[in-house]
Amino acid sequence: MNAVFQVNNLNKSFGGLTVANGISLSMEQGDRVALIGPNGAGKTTFINLVTGHMPPDSGSVALRGADITRLGPTARVRKGLVRSFQVTRLFSDMTPAEHVALAVLQRTGRSGRVFGNFGAMPDVMAEVSEGLKALGIDHIANHKVSEIAYGQQRLLEIALALALKPNVLLLDEPAAGVPQSDTSRIEEALAGLPDDLAVLMIDHDMDLVFRFARRVVVLAAGTIIFDGTPQDVAKDARVREAYLGNYANARSSV
Amino acid sequence: MQTVFSVGTDALAYGMVLFVISIGLSVTMGLMRVVNLAHGAFAMIGGYIASYATQILGLGYGVAILLAVVGTILIAIPIERFLFRRIYGAPELTQVLMTIGLTFCVIGIANYVFGPTLKTIPLPETLRGPVDLGFRSIAAHKLFAIACGIVVAGALWVLIDKTSFGVKLRASVDNAAMAASLGVRTKIVYAVSSAVAVGLAAFGGIVGAELLPIEPYYALRYMVTFLVVVSVGGAGSIPGALVACLVLGAIDTTGRYLVPEYGEFFFYLAVIAIVCVFPNGILGRRS
Amino acid sequence: MAIQRAIAAEGKVDAGPNWLLRDLMGLAAVLAVAGIGYLLFPNNLALLTRITAIALLVLSLDLVTGYCGIATLGHAALFGSGAYAAGIAAVHFDITDPFAMAAVGAVGGAAAGLLAGAIMLRGRGLAQLVLSIAIVYLFHETANKASNWTGGSDGLAGISPDPVFGIFGFDLWGRTAYVFGIAILAVVFVLLRLLVRSPFGMLCRGIREDPVRVSAMGASVNGTLLRMYAISGAVAGLGGALNAISTQVVGLDSLSFTTSAEALVMLVVGGTGSLFGALVGTLTFMWFEDFVSAINPFHWLTIIGALLIAVVLFAPNGLYGTATQLLHRVWNKR
Ligand SMILES: Nc1ncnc2c1ncn2[C@@H]1O[C@H](COP(=O)(O)OP(=O)(O)OP(=O)(O)O)[C@@H](O)[C@H]1O
Ligand SMILES: [Mg+2]
Repeated sequence: MNAVFQVNNLNKSFGGLTVANGISLSMEQGDRVALIGPNGAGKTTFINLVTGHMPPDSGSVALRGADITRLGPTARVRKGLVRSFQVTRLFSDMTPAEHVALAVLQRTGRSGRVFGNFGAMPDVMAEVSEGLKALGIDHIANHKVSEIAYGQQRLLEIALALALKPNVLLLDEPAAGVPQSDTSRIEEALAGLPDDLAVLMIDHDMDLVFRFARRVVVLAAGTIIFDGTPQDVAKDARVREAYLGNYANARSSV
Repeated sequence: MQTVFSVGTDALAYGMVLFVISIGLSVTMGLMRVVNLAHGAFAMIGGYIASYATQILGLGYGVAILLAVVGTILIAIPIERFLFRRIYGAPELTQVLMTIGLTFCVIGIANYVFGPTLKTIPLPETLRGPVDLGFRSIAAHKLFAIACGIVVAGALWVLIDKTSFGVKLRASVDNAAMAASLGVRTKIVYAVSSAVAVGLAAFGGIVGAELLPIEPYYALRYMVTFLVVVSVGGAGSIPGALVACLVLGAIDTTGRYLVPEYGEFFFYLAVIAIVCVFPNGILGRRS
Repeated sequence: MAIQRAIAAEGKVDAGPNWLLRDLMGLAAVLAVAGIGYLLFPNNLALLTRITAIALLVLSLDLVTGYCGIATLGHAALFGSGAYAAGIAAVHFDITDPFAMAAVGAVGGAAAGLLAGAIMLRGRGLAQLVLSIAIVYLFHETANKASNWTGGSDGLAGISPDPVFGIFGFDLWGRTAYVFGIAILAVVFVLLRLLVRSPFGMLCRGIREDPVRVSAMGASVNGTLLRMYAISGAVAGLGGALNAISTQVVGLDSLSFTTSAEALVMLVVGGTGSLFGALVGTLTFMWFEDFVSAINPFHWLTIIGALLIAVVLFAPNGLYGTATQLLHRVWNKR
């Protein structure tokens, strides 16, 4: 099998703090990978490094066999590498419909048009309504983002990413900050992601991770200390020490 | 050789005056992250008060300086309280507009009170005429301006590097929230540094009055120059501001001597080049 | 596809015939105000034409500041470049057809916009602001030095545009210039309404709010901004050309920091991020200025300063923005 996404020996440090220490990782079509690790392990930084939002000290990133290390973030997105943000980054003055429309227009090469309006482009409108419906936020399509609930904003982040039709999707804690009552919506959305899409998801919610992932990667202090099946991860001594120990403690103390 | 020397001393005097006036702006901009275009207005107010004190009240030069510095700080207190406080943390555009508005007001009022003419601050006997340095002579007031710049730089260095206030100030510039959580009373740090900044501006306005003459449009005319110094040096960096003042003073003065017909062309060309290469200032930290 | 219809019907995304109506009403309002001005001040058409030219500058500034979120104190560089381009074309190259001069002005402004934009995008925050100021001074000093071409500090005189369509000469009363100017403003206004609603306009609004998000959507931030700078330059350049055509001279003040700062003040007084706001701000400021500065130019500065502080503190959305907010509130109460 050839990998759609391949990271080789990625390194990054901030002054004395090493946040990526020789990270290598590859994903295939249809992969469902969960990237977990304690706070400050370097998970978000890993996404920033591979998407080009932050330059690595060394290492390379390849998409479907082609090296993309030299490309900027926009070019990587156009090649199908799409991310979401740990804290939503949306345009507070715009509506969900406008967000998704902008993504569709961008993907289809029409975002530079200086005339017309997406409301008058049937194909865009169809995709917008479909995309919002798939995540159950079609009823608020025309509310300003600043006026909708945070859980719905998280769903919009996912809708936005999907509207770019990625090959590889990197989700940074898609359920973070969402009230318990709404996480099921997000989980449904995750379950409904296209089959051929390679997905890497960061999350701290172990239940969610175990239901979603077919493979778990554990990052601690910038180093991958485990890469295997969900069944094995709980048995691994190093992981338990680095992560699940804390997690179990945190859980029992609640 | 004669030209090189006089260009050099002029550049140094000009650069030092710029430094005395804008160093306060640099520190407060680094500290409060507020773009303040009204700083020059305080230098101008200082100049006006000193001129009034010497010309109308007949006070001595030293007393006039003291009076002007204190007076300007007193004028600045309500402005800081009621106007500036409301724009800390606001978008840049808001800060720009508020401080431009303030500048316009000060210009209008200064003209109403003092009239549109140039105001002079008569120098004391000792600062008039040339001083013989043995091999060359130099205008005493320029020497005085240079000395003031050196003293201010030295005093600030001591204040910031050697005192406990300096530690608090540096911590607050670095990360105000962190400093506050470590027990630094940032409000007091802000208030003191604002007062020092305004006082230094007033002082610089008086000392530099021979080079930057006091008139109502002063606040607008040099607004840009002071802002450029901060940007080129890097907000919050004292050595940066010093370097920026010396470099910009040298470029401006040399340009005026050698190619006067180009006006400030080379000055602004240099500004663009420097800012493009060092967007955070020559010695500024990455934000 | 009920939802599709729902989106289209709700007007918020401006997808229905709603916006068309608003555009036409806006255009009608512009033309009505222009007509009233003509009737009320037939002896002051020169001022009205100047207001029209400055309105183009402020609209152009709104594109960059209001829609893309770039604070600039150097936008007159684009306006002045258009003015000088049109003036030089007329004086040195005998291009005296008013439409051709306007076109040259637009091209000159767009070129200046590209240059200014390319420099401005090197910095952020304070650095960007300082770059904008340095640019307008650099343009000013260049025009001053190149006096063979620009007339230097005496201004570029001797511009005599041909009659419009070969029929309507630029007379002493400035009637032709005024109508010519209003026609340009009306066309530009309609085009800009289309622009800000287009996908490109939406992208710019996105960049204003969060450039990182836009780049994560695969759109080029700097490319988009540069393009907007060129468009903005063309609009400002048209304003400059109009000023050159109507006054028949181009002065260094058209390239000044003061003009830049005033344009920004006008925009903020009217309300950023709205084309109507730009027009309202220009009209209010210029009319007020003419009125007050006739009495005492320094009082004018004090008043505009106080007004600016008041707007920043109490009406951050500007006159137009605050007025529409109040209207909405009254409307919703009923
Ligand atoms: N731009 C930066 N400069 C300096 N240090 C940084 C920077 N970005 C992140 N760090 C540091 O790098 C470390 C890893 O951060 P990162 O955000 O990648 O962690 P994470 O694994 O995503 O944590 P969390 O689970 O809390 O989201 C942290 O200690 C953080 O403080
Ligand atoms: Mg993270």
